[in-house]
Amino acid sequence: MSARGLRVVQLYPAEMNIYGDQGNALVLARRAGLYGFDVSVEAYEPGGDRRVLETADVMLGGGGQDSGQGQVVDDLMAVGPVLRERAAAGVPMLLVCGLYQLFGHEFRTGAGDVLAGIGVFDATTVAGTKRLIGNVVIDVPGLGHVVGYENHSGLTTLNAGQQPLGRVVAGDGNNGRDGGEGARVGNVVGTYLHGPVLPKNPALADQLLRGAAGLRYGDEVLTTADAAMAAELSRLDAVAERARAVAAGRPR
Amino acid sequence: MPVLRTYAASLLGKGVAGLMRLRGGHGSAFPGLVVERLQPRFLQDVLGALPLGTVVVSGTNGKTTTTKMVVELLRAAGLRVFSNPSGSNFTRGVVSAAVQAMRGGRLDADIAVVELDEAYAVHFVRQLAPRACLLLNVLRDQLDRFGEIDTTARLLRQVAASTVGQVVLNVGDPRIAALADAVGADVQVSWFGVDGSLAPQFPTDEQLHADAIEVATRDDAVMPEGAVVLAGLVGQHATYLIGGRGHEVDLSLYGPHNALNGAAALALTRAVLGERFDAAAQVAALGRVKAAFGRGEIWHLGGRALRLTLVKNPSGFRLALAGATPGTPTLIAINDEHADGRDVSWLWDVDFAPVASGALVRTTGVRADDMALRLEYDGVRVDDADADLGRSLDRFLHDTADRDVQVFSTYTAMLKLRAHLKALEQGRP
Repeated sequence: MSARGLRVVQLYPAEMNIYGDQGNALVLARRAGLYGFDVSVEAYEPGGDRRVLETADVMLGGGGQDSGQGQVVDDLMAVGPVLRERAAAGVPMLLVCGLYQLFGHEFRTGAGDVLAGIGVFDATTVAGTKRLIGNVVIDVPGLGHVVGYENHSGLTTLNAGQQPLGRVVAGDGNNGRDGGEGARVGNVVGTYLHGPVLPKNPALADQLLRGAAGLRYGDEVLTTADAAMAAELSRLDAVAERARAVAAGRPR
Repeated sequence: MPVLRTYAASLLGKGVAGLMRLRGGHGSAFPGLVVERLQPRFLQDVLGALPLGTVVVSGTNGKTTTTKMVVELLRAAGLRVFSNPSGSNFTRGVVSAAVQAMRGGRLDADIAVVELDEAYAVHFVRQLAPRACLLLNVLRDQLDRFGEIDTTARLLRQVAASTVGQVVLNVGDPRIAALADAVGADVQVSWFGVDGSLAPQFPTDEQLHADAIEVATRDDAVMPEGAVVLAGLVGQHATYLIGGRGHEVDLSLYGPHNALNGAAALALTRAVLGERFDAAAQVAALGRVKAAFGRGEIWHLGGRALRLTLVKNPSGFRLALAGATPGTPTLIAINDEHADGRDVSWLWDVDFAPVASGALVRTTGVRADDMALRLEYDGVRVDDADADLGRSLDRFLHDTADRDVQVFSTYTAMLKLRAHLKALEQGRP
């Protein structure tokens, strides 16, 4: 039996790659490999081939400099319909920080400019006057505690009916006021958590992979390919468990 | 009475520092605080009185080593130089260092060379316009403090704009090169850089994703006229191009980044010394400069060597790994205190494939498990992850017997490892 393929696509990694979010792609690819998938990781950059988006099984997006965000906004608007269609079809996506903001309705900058988002999340973001920075722990329904590190000045407000990803246990979250962190629509997850988020939260990584496998192969069950891979995976998860415990106990 | 007041403040500062030492403290910043309160114009009065003025060195990577180079090059040229010790790279630390170096109410020096952290550099230049500044690079470092790279570049822009004599900039760092348009009309801009042929030894932040996207190489960057260029580097044998002439030297310092820091230091001393600049003598002096605290220093333990290297951001860590000998047993110490940067995300921007050579690899420090997780995802098997620095170092040295080893460490972990090594060196168990 030939291995089942799985395409991981990174959105705008050249500009939106700050704070180690590259690690999310590494973790997805490695775990998918251990679950027996034949994984490819592709980059989608502004002006790129839309077929990359149309055939992606799971997509990842990170944060960037304010200047970088300006540069991807135009392209994001152009491919917005494709991304919205893929999100509605159930393609798992993880959008961190800058792209989380741009997957909402709009981002209002400190200078008063309005960057239009693609409206996957029913949310708006306004530039704040101070950065919300530090270790953060959130409680996510079905996953338990998710740990990470936030570093953002944008304050995101979810409209009524938009579910957050989780509730803040420690840290600021979306805006430091309402106790919500991130947003979720179906298999699409937005969050401010860096760290990067997936290495120390393998349950979230596996949830994305299950969604991808289910959509493409109709089977959400993840099983390791052989005993050696199972041992490898359990070692990774044991290290992750220890790293999670330390991170959750660190000062802000 | 400003002079008398400065003198009185300096005496009091010395007294405070002395009392702190009696109590077992370091005497680093607190005397500066006392003096700043008593005499807010202390910096202008004391450093402003130096005949050749004050030179500021700032940037993300290489400040400490480059400052050490500049100080030693200027001393080799016969100048009396005041400088702040590593780790006191904030305004109050400079004041404290000045207080302790003062005799009779004045600083006995021709010139001050101060290393300043980016944010403090802005604070400093508001009090005292530097005669020259050297701006090295803007990289991902402690983003949890400054927010973003562009913010850091804006801080350095203010430093360049406040400088009255010469501004020395890095051709190869686009955010630094762009500061050339910030300098005053009468200010001279000098450059340093790397020849395009050496580009593979100097991966940039932008090349992080070089496998995924097309990245413009630096060969097409035009080297400005008069730039001091690192034109060749084989091991520690460097060739510098200064005023169109090549000068070769065997550096005591290790790693391509330090060879580039050497070009930066030469460009600065050339700007400062003017006609007194003797290229051959300065390059020779550069070859004698040894590593600053924790910057690739070698510890000799019995018959073997331990190389201790400070790591604090992806580019620095990548460069350090690129210069490592394959197969060397490795200990990586990661703390996440304020001085290290609380956010350890940056470890995921470093490619650890170079250590995946079957050698013993261990991690330690508060974030030992985070580091182990990072390595495991790069396929590097981690033998042991123990947060306790002293215990890890002891076991690491024990288990590697008489082999040469390397230790990469963040700042606060390095303070502890160094103290431990010092004790070992003195034969304490």
